[in-house]
Amino acid sequence: MQPDLTEKILELIRRTSSSLPPDVEKRLRESIEKEEPGSAARGALETILKNVELSRANSTPICQDTGTPIFYVHYPEGWSTRKLKEQIRSALAEATKRSYMRPNAVDAVYDKNTGNNLGGEDFPSIHFDEVDSDQPLVVELMLKGGGCENVGRQYSMPDNTLGAGRDLAGVRKVVLDAVQKAQGQGCAPGILGVAIGGDRGASYAKSKEVLFSEMGARNEDTKLAALEERLTSEANELGIGPMGFGGKTTVLDTKIIGLHRLPASYYVSVSYMCWAYRRRRMTVKGEEVIYE
Amino acid sequence: MHEIKLPISDDVIRSLEVGEPVTLSGVMVTGRDAAHKWLIETFIKKTRQPQGDDLKVYDELKKLLNGSAIYHCGPVVSGLDTKEYKFVAAGPTTSIREEPYQADVMKHFNVKGVIGKGGMGPKTLKGCEETPGVYLHAIGGAASFIAQRVTKVLGVYKMEFGVPEALWVIEVNDFPVVVTMDSHGGSQHAVIDESSKKVLDDLLARPY
Repeated sequence: MQPDLTEKILELIRRTSSSLPPDVEKRLRESIEKEEPGSAARGALETILKNVELSRANSTPICQDTGTPIFYVHYPEGWSTRKLKEQIRSALAEATKRSYMRPNAVDAVYDKNTGNNLGGEDFPSIHFDEVDSDQPLVVELMLKGGGCENVGRQYSMPDNTLGAGRDLAGVRKVVLDAVQKAQGQGCAPGILGVAIGGDRGASYAKSKEVLFSEMGARNEDTKLAALEERLTSEANELGIGPMGFGGKTTVLDTKIIGLHRLPASYYVSVSYMCWAYRRRRMTVKGEEVIYE
Repeated sequence: MHEIKLPISDDVIRSLEVGEPVTLSGVMVTGRDAAHKWLIETFIKKTRQPQGDDLKVYDELKKLLNGSAIYHCGPVVSGLDTKEYKFVAAGPTTSIREEPYQADVMKHFNVKGVIGKGGMGPKTLKGCEETPGVYLHAIGGAASFIAQRVTKVLGVYKMEFGVPEALWVIEVNDFPVVVTMDSHGGSQHAVIDESSKKVLDDLLARPY
């Protein structure tokens, strides 16, 4: 029989909301050195890092916008996804009660906040993926705030205003446009998740999913890996800087995924992740639970 | 560091310029999307009839906001059951969504400081000149840090909007912000938008 993981998932939520992953923190610390001493940009990064330490020490949310909770559950064959879903939902309601999470589910028609982060079938967002029965259960969680979600963009190529065609040269142009249009509003420095292809829905979903990978991890495709590097570097030439104060650090990393598309469609989706890049993973092997 | 006590005088407002870091101490009110829409529709444009405690809250807000600041923030609050409220996480939310409303709210209530993140547009900048007032940029995402500068929750209005959207009356001490829009027509956001657009045009012209 599969165990009740509600308590373990509650702990995953606490860690995700209050403790920034080490690879993200490292990037932020490195970027401080690039900003002028005494500048607003450097001041912003210093405050950001003080906040990272404080929220970790006190188990309080890094950001008050605890975002859309996005779960990816890789479950061994034979497990009940219905039970896992119930456990995730109870853990989330409890996490809200304990102030690890802000009540964030608002009925869009009646403007009513449910108060417990549960709203219909789609809030929280849970994706299930079956693995072999001898594999451990892995739950990944990402919290993506509304400020950065609002500056995400989807382009239907060709985009004539930018002179962007249906190729990687065109992809480069629209991604840089998305960063310029975002300014500081997505809480720069940001991390870019880019999906090329798919239908509109798959394209947006994959542009977020790609953000689960480590900072600095490059696409195996050498062309895409080169474009990831180039986009990060060129986005930083824009001079938008932390919070949009101006400065050298606008984007910390770029992650691209290539999908398949219809002959007629060519979408480029850009998901902008704020500096408060909250994502954690929990692995369950029998009695043992490992948090990363 | 320029330390400012709330409420703020016109002289102090006029002395502030883009780029200056300041700290705020005193009483301010949080208000974001639902609050701005409600204020405009019920009391400024009057397209909606006041309901329930609307008029009572309006009278109290008129006193609280006069010369003070409105903070674009949807906090995480503990003590909801006991009403012993405490701000646990309270960074700014993106301000640009209030662009259609902000200048009118500033002028109607004599709001001197608008606190948020990401900056605002030309309509609010004009509101800053006319009120006069300033836009003060807090550090987005620094929610635990900023919550520690909120020393007391004095009250809350419109809980029916939900915890993030309610109007929380708070006392703050040494609340750190940067002036990014001033009462003389200066906007750091307009400057960065323009300079980054020029760089973008150069980048788009580069060969792949």
